[in-house]
Amino acid sequence: MRIFFFVLFAAITIGLVITLNSRLTIGGKPAPAFGKFLSPQHGLWQNAEADKEDFSADLKFNQLTGKVSVYLDDRLVPHIFAENENDVYFVQGYLHAKFRLWQMELQTLSAAGRASDVVGDIALNHDREFRRLGMVYAAENSLKEMEANEAIKSECDAYTAGVNAYIAALPESKLPIEYKLLGYKPEKWSNLKTALFLKYMSYDLAAHENDFEMTNAQAFFSPKDFNILYPPIQDSLDPIIPKGTLYAAPKTALKIPASADSLYFKNDTTSVEELAKPNRNNGSNNWAVSGSKTKNGAPILCNDPHLGLNLPSLWIEMQLSTPTFNSYGASFPGAPSIIIGYNDSCAFGFTNGGRDVRDYYEIKFKDDQRTAYWFNNEWKQTDFRIETIKVNGKPDFIDTVAYTVFGPVMYDRSFGGKRNTNQKNYAVRWTAHNNSNELLIFNMLNHAKNYADYSAAVINLHTPGQNCAFACKNGDIALRAQGEFPAKWKGQGDFIMPGEDSSYMWQYMIPQDETPFQYNPERGFVSSANQRPTDSAYPYYLGREYPSSRGIIVNRKLAEMQQITPGDMMALQTDNYNVFAEMAIPVFTKNINAAKLNEAEKGFLNLLKSWNYRSEIDSKGATVFNLVWKNFYDTVYADEFANAPQPIRYPFESTLLEGILKDSAYKFLDDIGTTQKETLSDIATMSFKNAVIELMKIASEGRLEWGKFKDTHVNHLLKLPGFSRLHLPIGGGTNCINATTSDHGPSWRMVVSLTEKTEAYGVYPGGQSGNPGSKFYDNFIDQWAAGKYYPLWLMTKEEQNDRRIKWKMHFNKS
Amino acid sequence: MKFFVSLLLMALLSFAACLYLEWWSIAIVCFIIAALIRQRPGVAFMTGFLSLFLLWAGLSYWISNNNGHILAHKMSLILLQKDNPSLLILLTGLIGGLVGGFAAVTGSLIRAKPSAR
Repeated sequence: MRIFFFVLFAAITIGLVITLNSRLTIGGKPAPAFGKFLSPQHGLWQNAEADKEDFSADLKFNQLTGKVSVYLDDRLVPHIFAENENDVYFVQGYLHAKFRLWQMELQTLSAAGRASDVVGDIALNHDREFRRLGMVYAAENSLKEMEANEAIKSECDAYTAGVNAYIAALPESKLPIEYKLLGYKPEKWSNLKTALFLKYMSYDLAAHENDFEMTNAQAFFSPKDFNILYPPIQDSLDPIIPKGTLYAAPKTALKIPASADSLYFKNDTTSVEELAKPNRNNGSNNWAVSGSKTKNGAPILCNDPHLGLNLPSLWIEMQLSTPTFNSYGASFPGAPSIIIGYNDSCAFGFTNGGRDVRDYYEIKFKDDQRTAYWFNNEWKQTDFRIETIKVNGKPDFIDTVAYTVFGPVMYDRSFGGKRNTNQKNYAVRWTAHNNSNELLIFNMLNHAKNYADYSAAVINLHTPGQNCAFACKNGDIALRAQGEFPAKWKGQGDFIMPGEDSSYMWQYMIPQDETPFQYNPERGFVSSANQRPTDSAYPYYLGREYPSSRGIIVNRKLAEMQQITPGDMMALQTDNYNVFAEMAIPVFTKNINAAKLNEAEKGFLNLLKSWNYRSEIDSKGATVFNLVWKNFYDTVYADEFANAPQPIRYPFESTLLEGILKDSAYKFLDDIGTTQKETLSDIATMSFKNAVIELMKIASEGRLEWGKFKDTHVNHLLKLPGFSRLHLPIGGGTNCINATTSDHGPSWRMVVSLTEKTEAYGVYPGGQSGNPGSKFYDNFIDQWAAGKYYPLWLMTKEEQNDRRIKWKMHFNKS
Repeated sequence: MKFFVSLLLMALLSFAACLYLEWWSIAIVCFIIAALIRQRPGVAFMTGFLSLFLLWAGLSYWISNNNGHILAHKMSLILLQKDNPSLLILLTGLIGGLVGGFAAVTGSLIRAKPSAR
């Protein structure tokens, strides 16, 4: 009997241990192994960082050649002092891993199309799309170029060694909590992962095209309507390089294909729809003002890159100091160098160029085997790249991707993005596939001493194309619309192009000496806010996809400002003035027929009329305008687009506004579903009434104030509410300089005054630690939301006993 | 007396084992202690349960308290859909206690004749 009970309880105990040691599915959701996850000495509790955590350490690594001292300040910013450059990159890699390992690896796994390996087949389509876009192919090409440069190769090697030194010494109990939650472990870092991370940024910033959507729009609308809906240049455009600038004619003339009118501009519809698109709001502001406009006579450079807001943050602040350079700023966990920042001589910052550098070509395969495709009057052999996708809990998925002279065939019969069926084959040509060495520009900018160094650095930037702002202590300011951009004839690459011969291929890249730029312009400032880089005088086609509002207000303000201080610049970066509303509201106040409104509607009209165009947290007018405009836009276009093929591109908001400002009988105002002809007044009044229905509901929920309505949040990368910061009180929006939407906005704000001892300020919506169990995880967020900054401190080694230094790490050769 | 000695040994040795071994070494520790210091199965369960409950709940409370309960707030929201650090600490203790308790019963049953009859 006793034996029976022994066996019974032994079985219960073993069963209990096995159950608690396995990942379970509870209510359809995967759950961690509870025994392991709750064990105070192994699981989540080990990630609960003590309030008085001591980050000081003495470490020895045989990869180092000298001594490295790291001073961590009260905001947990590491100031790294090394005796040589490789050592500084080793320690940068080590610290990136120490504070941000999980996100670094997640982003590179995602970039490589390997997410299914961790999360299972829910990510399979993402992985297929990224493999087929050639993300790994692109990273491999970049890596070749990076490793061909001796300095960059040793920089990458040292960085990788640093990351791996941290991983190698990391006990399982100290793994970032996300690994424990999802039940996997980090793999070794490699230079390829750094290249993949950079390609992820290229994807986010330079996969900016709407070829499928525009192909359908062109097929559906008459040429005349198409031009009204998708004008190449906005009337309100205030370009990055001011209007009236002269440009030389291209050295090489572009040949427009003979069949363009018959074949290309009369495209058929397409059914392909990309699975994911980079956020349309990915953009930024940067500007530099010369000493003639500042109070103390020193130039000031400002930058705030607008990206998806996530925790852990995309950025981590650092200082890198060696005998050969000394730089401070925001770095990318996943890559060496300071990316946006300053050094002892100058400051640098970026905004996205947003030019179309990704085009699709329709491929005709000989048969379903895809072994040959028709090109220049012959069947050309296809190259195949076999993509093996590991899927957690399922057998591997094998995807065979065809490669053509254009690039990989991203969409074909077996893969249509969001669509299940697709009969056509589209190859993708993307500049990110080209050999390039993006790390070189950051390496050179970290070392840059003057304008010549800056110019030599930025021409190495290929993809993603960026507007690179620069300011120097000698008084120079500059901005170059930099990147590797195909020279395009008008309309090239707006739609899917024929891929049966070479006539539609990119003919050459725009030569670097034809890059639009400004160097110490008379107006005393340079600026960019993702608007079109030039007016129509620039001899190359620049595409149609540029937002214009922020550029208008930035330039207007900078032109007015004099005696500028860093404080004025912080106020400008966080300015919530909605310049689009300023242009649009008169249309409504003039055209809404007040006689047709009831009392409640009149109340909302008064809110709109009395609004000062500032999208502040407590502004009710901003919410009213947002909904009135949304209803107006939808009402105007809903009828014409009702039967349009999908996917389709919708016009820019500014296109509609400019359309009605120019012509109050704007063609699309009329509702084609009715017999009578609607006027601007009819549509404005009707949209307003519809908006009020929504507004009444919002008001009854107590969400009429703009901050509450917009509801900005910074989500954890896994979208776990517990790890996210929700309901942040912050104003601004898409058309404000403070371009903070619900989940997108200024991911790093920086103001650098290049006085003799640099005076700089910065803040980002996150914290230095990626650990949700650390008080440094999200401690900058409230400061960021409030529009406040921290002083940035380019410390000297002599200041190591300053009160701001809380911990010291010493790295020595073992 | 046996009760307290067992309880103390189970907690101390479990803590020591977990410095080097997997979390489930607590089951082995409780099994061995219960086999060596024999008590009736019911008492053995209580000893193992209480010992590991106190160890795990105590340790997690101590860690969490030093952390200002930052992580416990977040994790309880994720695991229990409730912002309640104490509940997460209790759950931690309960899991440890159950494993300790069942392992101890099993250990107490290993010999044919328990001394405390």
